[in-house]
Amino acid sequence: MLGYYVRLAAISIRENAVMSLLMITAVAVGIGTCMTIVTVNYIMAKDPIPQKSEVLYAVQLDSWNPNDAFRDDGSPPDQLTYTDALALMDARSAFRQTAMVGTSLIVQPDDPDSKPFQASGRAAYADFFAMFDTPFLFGSGWDADADRRLEQVVVLSREMNDRLFGGENSVGENITLGSYDYRVVGVLDTWQPMPKFYDVTTGPFDKTEDVFVPFSLVASLQLPRNGNTNCWKPVDGDGYEAFLASECIWIQFWAELRNDAEKREYLAFLDNYVNDQKSLGRFARPLNNRVNDVNEWMDVMRVVDSNATMMLPVSIMFLTVCLLNTIGLLLAKFLGKAPEIALRRALGASKRALFVQYLVESGCIGVAGGVVGVVLTWLGLRGIEALFGDLVENLVQLDLVMVTAAVVLAIVSSMAAGLYPTWRACNIEPAAQLKSQ
Amino acid sequence: MEIGPILRAMTRNKIGAILIALQIAFTMTVVVNAYFMIEERMRLMERPSGVVEDQLFHISTRGFTPDFNGKVSVQDDLALLRQTPGIVDAVAINAIPLSGGGWSMSLQVEPGDGEQGHGVAIYMVDDHGLDTLGVELIAGRDFTPADVRERGPATSDWPDKAIISEATVKALWADANPLEVVGRTAYINDDEPVTIIGVVEKLQAPWNGWTTVEQSMLVPDKLIWTGVRYMVRTEPGRRDEMMPIVEELLARSNNQRIVRAPESMAETRARSYALDSGLAKILGVIMAMLVSITSLGIVGLASFSVRRRTKQIGIRRALGAKKRDILRYFLVENFMITTLGVVLGAVMTVGFNVWLVQALNFPKIDWLYVPIGMLALWLIGIIAVLGPARRATAVPPAVATRTV
Repeated sequence: MLGYYVRLAAISIRENAVMSLLMITAVAVGIGTCMTIVTVNYIMAKDPIPQKSEVLYAVQLDSWNPNDAFRDDGSPPDQLTYTDALALMDARSAFRQTAMVGTSLIVQPDDPDSKPFQASGRAAYADFFAMFDTPFLFGSGWDADADRRLEQVVVLSREMNDRLFGGENSVGENITLGSYDYRVVGVLDTWQPMPKFYDVTTGPFDKTEDVFVPFSLVASLQLPRNGNTNCWKPVDGDGYEAFLASECIWIQFWAELRNDAEKREYLAFLDNYVNDQKSLGRFARPLNNRVNDVNEWMDVMRVVDSNATMMLPVSIMFLTVCLLNTIGLLLAKFLGKAPEIALRRALGASKRALFVQYLVESGCIGVAGGVVGVVLTWLGLRGIEALFGDLVENLVQLDLVMVTAAVVLAIVSSMAAGLYPTWRACNIEPAAQLKSQ
Repeated sequence: MEIGPILRAMTRNKIGAILIALQIAFTMTVVVNAYFMIEERMRLMERPSGVVEDQLFHISTRGFTPDFNGKVSVQDDLALLRQTPGIVDAVAINAIPLSGGGWSMSLQVEPGDGEQGHGVAIYMVDDHGLDTLGVELIAGRDFTPADVRERGPATSDWPDKAIISEATVKALWADANPLEVVGRTAYINDDEPVTIIGVVEKLQAPWNGWTTVEQSMLVPDKLIWTGVRYMVRTEPGRRDEMMPIVEELLARSNNQRIVRAPESMAETRARSYALDSGLAKILGVIMAMLVSITSLGIVGLASFSVRRRTKQIGIRRALGAKKRDILRYFLVENFMITTLGVVLGAVMTVGFNVWLVQALNFPKIDWLYVPIGMLALWLIGIIAVLGPARRATAVPPAVATRTV
């Protein structure tokens, strides 16, 4: 029976080609616009590391200006000073922990013909790789000894390994970064958490870094900082040592705490640490230490752009208008068929049969609209990419979840749009219609 | 006017009217808010940065060998650039207007910890700074070579002279005019005195979203870092031609460093406002699509209702109604539906804006947009219904005698 209804629907859709096209277009444009916006929001707000997002915590200490909170709502700074980061690393009170900072390094290929180039880097501790579940293609991260002994070791991104070693296993090879030799200990597989949750202080949707080096080298080799540095107090004295000892914040800190007990203990540890520091004349603000898990941290750092949030209701209203339009057109179409419906009723078709038949017809329009809508969504995302360029590079991927969602939304919404017109159509009085024929 | 009969006829076919009214209401909500947002973004994008953007580009270099001499390198580069034909002037600078990256400090009128400070963006330049940027000095004097000192990576104190933007004057000394403040002292880093030697009309900070984007300060610090950025001013119309030449020139002069691709101020501006201009375009497209979809919906439903009422129209015509009367009937009917829509739309428009203001900190809409939006949608409704209504007037009175 369903096959027969689909055939009937096809005939009816072809009969009123212009009207049907208008309906399909309305559904498709509505779905396309809505899903484009939803996709961007979905990627922005997605859990970047679902298997661990509840055990990874961003650490905040309120080392800021006694007279002036870091943010108006009284929340503590989003980064740590070098002094505090080092103290927390030395204490090792969490199951795993890492301080980190973005850097940039100049890669000098051995081949004298290839020009040196700048690579984005991240300085972190050995735990970084285990904490964030980074996938390795070759080798592994370095160990805690390497951190302690200031070993010049490096983990390359897959892309960087392709560029420097043509994708071969480069573990054990040496490369020159900013005039120093580093030994490659590992090569990552493709790794692009979205958002780049471990450091959202600059671009939260940026690419992951090209090279990863031990954090201890930041001080010993004076690696450049690539990120925000905020100081509430002038640096006391000249030179790099003075900067490291200053109250400037520029380091992100993460701890892995496996359960509530560990979390409580860690918070207690932080409070103790800050109270100790208070006796040394630092941390003049009230005790305000915080740990936020990954998803809480994304909220605190307002990772979802407010423009994207604004577009969400706009696109939903847009879809609503498209659907209201479709309801109107379907209503006109079905009521226009009143004589035909009446004739079928008089010949014995049940209301139920008619209801299913016309619902199938709206469903067909929905499927067509949905398929075109997915294409339009893809085009819309390309359009956003063209408009915003590398600002959104990683935000405009269409995945299976979103494609399915688009098609389902199209079918459900056009069937919902078809419900009222269908109901009206099957309630047509056969006698009244047949009389005037 | 036959408002009574029209209203009664409409209540017999409520759904059609409601559908149109709702479409108009939603369309108005989006269109009016979107229009306001587009205007808002355009206004931001039109603010001048104060520098001669169409003659400027910037290029950065970074030495990577341990014995790379930043001081010598900067000296050589600037000498080379300044004598290159086609280039008006060049300067080593720590930050670029509109680029999003820079340095800000707090300036205060009274020395001491805890005094009120005003955030200003810092531009470190030498005595070629004003000439290169093309900013206009409205009071005091430019830096002289004698004012300029060197700033290395370890320098942490500040020079004792500065040129500030007019907006900075207003922030520090509310009602002073620029001429008066020349010679006054402000304090940086709580208590380091800085003498204001000049005021420029306009120079924006690097962050276009900063609330105090107009507050900036030029200091006579010649940068001798190993990584440095040059701002280059070319002769008018020769910017694009000079960019690759300069890149090549710098790359060839010293191979102990990398030279990054130059960027014109036009590109910097486009990148700076990419989000705003992109959003304005998206909203524009959405507005256009919504208006067309809604108008098509009105045309569709009105045509349908004309078709359904062919016989009644014929009867009215046979009973003496003129074409004019039929036209008026449909126009008035549509006007009533549209009115319902725009009244609902006005409430929703304000509601949506209230949400934007409260949840997302967007600017509050000017009330004038609401009546203008209502008028615009009324007009759109009437234009859309004109076609079907005209067709209705073509129904001949003879139809009344036939069965349709």
